[in-house]
Amino acid sequence: MRKRCLDAVYRLAKNNKDLIFIGSDLGVGVMDNFKKEMPEQWFMEGVSEQHIIGMASGLAMTGKTVYMNTIATFITRRCYEQNAIDLGLSNVPVRLLGSGGGLVYAPLGPTHLATEDIALMRAIPNMSIFAPCDAEEMERGMMATEKLPGPLYVRIAKGGETVVSRPELGFSFGKAIVMKEAGDVLFVTTGVMPARALEAAKLLEAEGISAGVLHCHTVKPFDHAALVAQASKAKAVISVEEHTLMGGLGSVVAETLAEAAFERQPRLKRVGIPDVFPDKYGSQNSLLEYYGLGAAQLAEQARLLLAPAAAR
Amino acid sequence: MTATPALDYHKMGKQVRRTITDMVIAAARGHIGSAFSIVETLLVLYKGGILKVDPKNPHWEDRDRLILSKGHGCLALYPILADLGFFHKDELMRYCKHDGILGGHPEHTKIPGVEASTGALGHGMSIGIGMALAARMNRRGYGVFVILGDGECDEGSIWEGALSASKHKLENLTVIVDYNKQQSYSDVSEVLPLEPFADKWRAFGFEVAEAHMDRPEELEALLKRPRGNGPRVIITHTIKGKGITFIEKNLSWHHKGKLTPLEIENIFNELEI
Repeated sequence: MRKRCLDAVYRLAKNNKDLIFIGSDLGVGVMDNFKKEMPEQWFMEGVSEQHIIGMASGLAMTGKTVYMNTIATFITRRCYEQNAIDLGLSNVPVRLLGSGGGLVYAPLGPTHLATEDIALMRAIPNMSIFAPCDAEEMERGMMATEKLPGPLYVRIAKGGETVVSRPELGFSFGKAIVMKEAGDVLFVTTGVMPARALEAAKLLEAEGISAGVLHCHTVKPFDHAALVAQASKAKAVISVEEHTLMGGLGSVVAETLAEAAFERQPRLKRVGIPDVFPDKYGSQNSLLEYYGLGAAQLAEQARLLLAPAAAR
Repeated sequence: MTATPALDYHKMGKQVRRTITDMVIAAARGHIGSAFSIVETLLVLYKGGILKVDPKNPHWEDRDRLILSKGHGCLALYPILADLGFFHKDELMRYCKHDGILGGHPEHTKIPGVEASTGALGHGMSIGIGMALAARMNRRGYGVFVILGDGECDEGSIWEGALSASKHKLENLTVIVDYNKQQSYSDVSEVLPLEPFADKWRAFGFEVAEAHMDRPEELEALLKRPRGNGPRVIITHTIKGKGITFIEKNLSWHHKGKLTPLEIENIFNELEI
């Protein structure tokens, strides 16, 4: 997914001499073709995230569009004030490409996990957030980033995810995608969670429970209308995110549902990472299951929500 | 050809300080000591024939860029920008007012002539580096000037930027440090010493010069001197609260609220305007 993301930056740059790429201290060989073919538009600036964001802002204030890549947690947490002031307040076209969003770096521990990146970026006015579900959606989104006004955070997943996005469903920033129409249950997802939600829906359908999936690749601006439209058909809504429950997708969903005027309010469960620093290593998958984000676990949450109150 | 008469920085400085005082009276607040410290520095840049700017066309592509990274010194900048015609002088008395454009820290989205929104320390250096790199890429000849506070140099991001400016050999970047040797709490030497300060910049690859701002012509001459092929820093030796005896080096004037009638009278008496 990262490769597809950076390839898109390369392709965009080929047709735009005002497009700049900045890396911090990326792996050897990354973006070699870009460096060789467009050396004036390519920077590797060292492990200095605060400086890089400021520099990107200065470039963007002078007519450039800047794509900056490093590890997701360093691009969000380490230089948060620069993100807020130099990018948000100045409202400049800088794209933060965060590698390893969520639990990807599970074996490396909590210093490298990005489990509150979306909440942090969401709190910054003017900042948009794009968290695609697979490499193809990443490419569709990235090719549409060139003319987006203002700053954007892109959450890059591990890579190799099963492709579940479908080109025929279209893509536009700020528009959620109905991957499967809501039934008794609606799963609302962001990032790489649709594959798990679709799998959970399949498990439920085998039992006669209908389930839909609304995928919010753009957490901000959030597609409130799509959520309300889909949620109004469901008895239960389950938000699914590889992120803390504080301030991410689940929060947007809860806020939206709480303020919507439903005739019959659907029940809501937010599934994600509780307010803790993950205390296990292992793999992204093992941590996801540890926090209840496996397909079978999501299906179980649906059964619980749909059960009569007495049985819960 | 007759020589240009020397600018009367002393007289101009008094006028700017008078306006600053009027603004602080109107708003009942402001970083007066930090602003007084950089009055002459800004006068040299804007009036001494250094900055190429056009108040009628503040976004002129070839203009020099000045970033007041120590944004809390903006009280010194506003009267000079207004005097040059970047915005109407009436705005000055609306400093910090609800609908005014001049806040306690400058915002480039609101104020013509301001290049970057500053106030959180340690940001302006890297923004300036981005602008200087863009000038090089766009084959533009403009210069980028960044004014740092000495307390601001506590921020690690300043030194990240210094590494980068040196790496890129930014011959169009000028950093000016307002070295008044005091920060909010106490002396710089007590809070977080910077010495040997010039040597630090030299070690980071900067061409270093020092100017004593009781003689603003020193800074003017340095800025007009041919420069090398890398970034330069000018350490300006200044006095916090400069220009009014009882404000100079007096940390209770770093930021002031409402001034008393006696304080106002004493300031006006010393300024003699």
